[in-house]
Amino acid sequence: MLYNEPHPLEVKVLTRRFDQPNCASLDTYLATDGYKAFQKALGMKPEEIIEQVKVSNLRGRGGAGFPTGMKWGFVPRTSPKPKYVVVNADESEPGTCKDRLLIENDPHQLIEGMLIAALAVGAHAGYIYIRGEYRYLIEIMDRAIDEARASGWLGKNIQGSGFDFEAYSHTGAGAYECGEESALLESLEGKRGIPRIRPPFPAVSGAFQCPTVLNNVETFCAVPSILLNGGEWFANLGSLKNGGTRLFCLSGHVNRPGVYELPMGFNLMRMIEEIGGGIRGGKKLKAVIPGGSSCPVLKAEECDLPMDFDSLAKAKSMLGSGGVVVMDETTDMVKVALRIMRFYQHESCGWCIPCREGTMWLKKLLERMDHGMGSSQDITLVGELARNMLGRTFCPLGDAAAMPTISLVEKFRDEFEKKLSRPGDLVPVDMVMA
Amino acid sequence: MTFSPQLEARFAKLLNSYPPGRQRAALIPMLMYAQDEVGSITPEVKEEVARRVGITTLQVDEVVGYYSMMHTRPMGRYHLQICTNISCLLRGGDRLWERACKRLGIGHKQVTADGKISLEEVECIGACSWAPALQVNYDFMHNVTADALDEVIQILRKEPPPSAV
Repeated sequence: MLYNEPHPLEVKVLTRRFDQPNCASLDTYLATDGYKAFQKALGMKPEEIIEQVKVSNLRGRGGAGFPTGMKWGFVPRTSPKPKYVVVNADESEPGTCKDRLLIENDPHQLIEGMLIAALAVGAHAGYIYIRGEYRYLIEIMDRAIDEARASGWLGKNIQGSGFDFEAYSHTGAGAYECGEESALLESLEGKRGIPRIRPPFPAVSGAFQCPTVLNNVETFCAVPSILLNGGEWFANLGSLKNGGTRLFCLSGHVNRPGVYELPMGFNLMRMIEEIGGGIRGGKKLKAVIPGGSSCPVLKAEECDLPMDFDSLAKAKSMLGSGGVVVMDETTDMVKVALRIMRFYQHESCGWCIPCREGTMWLKKLLERMDHGMGSSQDITLVGELARNMLGRTFCPLGDAAAMPTISLVEKFRDEFEKKLSRPGDLVPVDMVMA
Repeated sequence: MTFSPQLEARFAKLLNSYPPGRQRAALIPMLMYAQDEVGSITPEVKEEVARRVGITTLQVDEVVGYYSMMHTRPMGRYHLQICTNISCLLRGGDRLWERACKRLGIGHKQVTADGKISLEEVECIGACSWAPALQVNYDFMHNVTADALDEVIQILRKEPPPSAV
């Protein structure tokens, strides 16, 4: 089911079946080139599959943007241990709601992506880790898996090829941290979602301490199209070193929020104006979070840029998970900073002290400021505390909390100043907390 | 303790889904599905699931304490979860939250006296482009207006209390 109208400027690759009747069924999938890429891959050497993925310039759609082909290449194929394919469907980065649509509308595309990855690394089992809140997707995924198995696209000796592969859905239980790959693997093994020390990386020691390919839903979903049309074709859809299309989740103060599939490198200002229909109520744009709440915020005048991993890095932000959160001139940036920090404080797993303590202190400081209390030194303190968290934790959650906060106090310091009704007064934090 | 045949079938499938000797991997799904049936993760559920996956109840406790969707006491028959994270906040999710609290006369993780409805302010539920959003148990509601919220609450109020089911 589609929750928003599509837009004529969309380039539909991963979402091309979404408007078909019964788009999630095996019949529809097979009638629209389904499992053809996998059949093609059966006739290819593993290195050739990985090469095509490398040529495609596909980069991880979960947020980090790591080149997928390279990640697959790290898996030691000759290891005597079993290998696993793990799908990260723990979509929980605030601002992101795309993986949900890919599973809901085209679960077989995901299974085919897993199958191709399995051929490339020699895996025979795969797990789809779906966040607990998306329970309805477990039912959809299980139906697709059963259907694929009944028709010989999963199980033993797939389509007479001699290749075996089983796929299983696995529900999470509410934890943002489990979207981080090593915490996800801990959770998959039935433990608390606490990050692992790396190296070794999951490619070498992942699920059940075995070599593992772990990618985001959207990353796997891009693979069948890459194999079918060639890596070069996919690369040419996007911009330099940023192959293909991606699903952008437009939210916030635009007229037409929605999930839209657009080429990598699509201009952000155009996305807001043409795709999103501009700012609601004829208001002015103030700021944009370009890729989920972990990304440093961009001021309106910084938004004329191509949406790809490298351009965003150059602008000192991140493309992240594709969650584009648009804020108009009326937005209270102190409230935004506080809400984001409340989230990270709630989700910090507590393993690393800078993250566990830092998010709590920052939340208290921001709460005080939101009440118009505190001193202007507190604004500086927020920035300092956040900077002290950067790079000092096992997983990126600490960074994810710090980065947007630093950008907010740096770029909107005047708003923080204005909010402090009596700058200079020191009010104990506990007065606010109580 | 006994579970329904459907849940038993689900457990059997889960215990077969992981590599030999790795049955603990089934723990989190088993706890979640058991919670759906029993209403919460009771000491009996913990003990039973621990036994089946071959770990101690203390190890189960560690896990239960970590995940925000696991409850050790029953929530309402209808668990109303309202998102107030950034995308929902920008479109009035915080006002919906306050309205729900007022209408129901309960707060975060509290249950109405008849046990019918419980309320939780939740973090991002993945409906950002159709914000503000909420979930009733596992069902999503998108682009929720104040009127739509009132209507949902009214409908849930008319449902029979948990004891009648």
